Amino acid sequence: MTYFESYLTVGAFIALGALLVGVVLVLARALAPSNPSAEKLSTYECGVDPVGSGWSQTYVRYYLYGLLFVIFDIEAVFIFPWAIQLESLGMFGLIEMLVFIGILVLGLVYAIRKGVLRWE
Amino acid sequence: MTGFITDVMANFWAGLGIKLALIAFIVPTSALVFGILEIKISAHMQDRIGPYFVGAWGWIQLMADGLKFFQKEDIVPTDADAPVFKLAPVLVLMSAMAIFVVIPWGPGLVFGDLELGVFYALALSSLATVGIIAAGWSSANKYSLIGGLRAAGQLIAYELPLVLSVVGPVILAGTMSLSGIVEAQVVFGVPYIVVQFIPFVVFMIAALAELSRLPFDMPIAESELVMGYFTEYTGFRFLFFFLAEYAAMFGMMLFAATLFLGGYWAPGIPESMMPFVGPVVLLTKAGLLVFVAIWFRWTWPRLREDQLQSLAWRWLIPIALLNIAVTATLKVIL
Repeated sequence: MTYFESYLTVGAFIALGALLVGVVLVLARALAPSNPSAEKLSTYECGVDPVGSGWSQTYVRYYLYGLLFVIFDIEAVFIFPWAIQLESLGMFGLIEMLVFIGILVLGLVYAIRKGVLRWE
Repeated sequence: MTGFITDVMANFWAGLGIKLALIAFIVPTSALVFGILEIKISAHMQDRIGPYFVGAWGWIQLMADGLKFFQKEDIVPTDADAPVFKLAPVLVLMSAMAIFVVIPWGPGLVFGDLELGVFYALALSSLATVGIIAAGWSSANKYSLIGGLRAAGQLIAYELPLVLSVVGPVILAGTMSLSGIVEAQVVFGVPYIVVQFIPFVVFMIAALAELSRLPFDMPIAESELVMGYFTEYTGFRFLFFFLAEYAAMFGMMLFAATLFLGGYWAPGIPESMMPFVGPVVLLTKAGLLVFVAIWFRWTWPRLREDQLQSLAWRWLIPIALLNIAVTATLKVIL
């Protein structure tokens, strides 16, 4: 199988997913009743009328974790090509990557000591 | 027989048709089978019998449930962001289906052998979470919003251990194609779990978190958030989430079985039998892992949000990084 044919398979799988959804949609249209009312369409809040907007202000506590995640995720992308080529890179590649991982671990330790990863 | 199969598969479009028919069968069936297994196993773990009346031993219960969902009214709340609300379950289901593309079921028996198979599977596993966040946000419901935000936090924390623990097998195999990794294990002589046990454990923990399975089901958390991100969903859209949950679990366990347990290969099976025995072997391994996931569910209580984050950042990520360093060093030296 060629390179493009294998990605064509991926595309076909996604198209099949869309098709299945379409079939289910038609089936549900045919079988399901539809008589909406204002109460039925209101937001669920354990039976009482909803208070305020559903998109209320929320404090995202893991904001700093998110920043840290971006850094580490890019690092993970760097590790994969190296992991595949390790055999041919040999000792040179190994030491380079150990330094790289070492710096990242230092960064993680710094973040923990600094209290970034404390949940308050 | 084998010759005929090879001939048909040689024609790309005929092969593609067969593959699509297979996957359209496998995904809903696996969801139904593992759904009923989970109900029954859970029941027996709690000294109950579980569903009993629909079909012998209740095996048809979930099919009845599934059909029932088609007859339920499709409700889109007035406040909800309708296009996103309708699209979110589809996104979750599609990403669960697309992961099956790269899983090899035998030598050459793979839907599409991507060079970047490992990356592809990992990317799709996090795409499902994007759908979950979309569902949580677009519902305009406070429970859904909190559920979606929790799912996002979980993705941030557990994506890294998942990706980093996979580096171990990739280093050993020297390829990111899943068929290549299985073949490397055949050459290696033992499944990678023998030399990569710690990353396997890290992977399983992170995979359960990524799938929002107990003990990491905070995005759903019935006792606090009603039903979390799918509180507002009804009818077939709810069914999509349900199917996707089990299909994604099966897909993820197939991925784990391929990476760490040797995939379709088992020691002692002659090469010529592999195309026939391979799918059974892989199914057995993945089924075993699904059983472990169900077992976990009734063993540990749900984690708190801060415990979730500290488990990932203080333990799993450093362990995974250490494993990469040790594996690479051993590979270069030996």
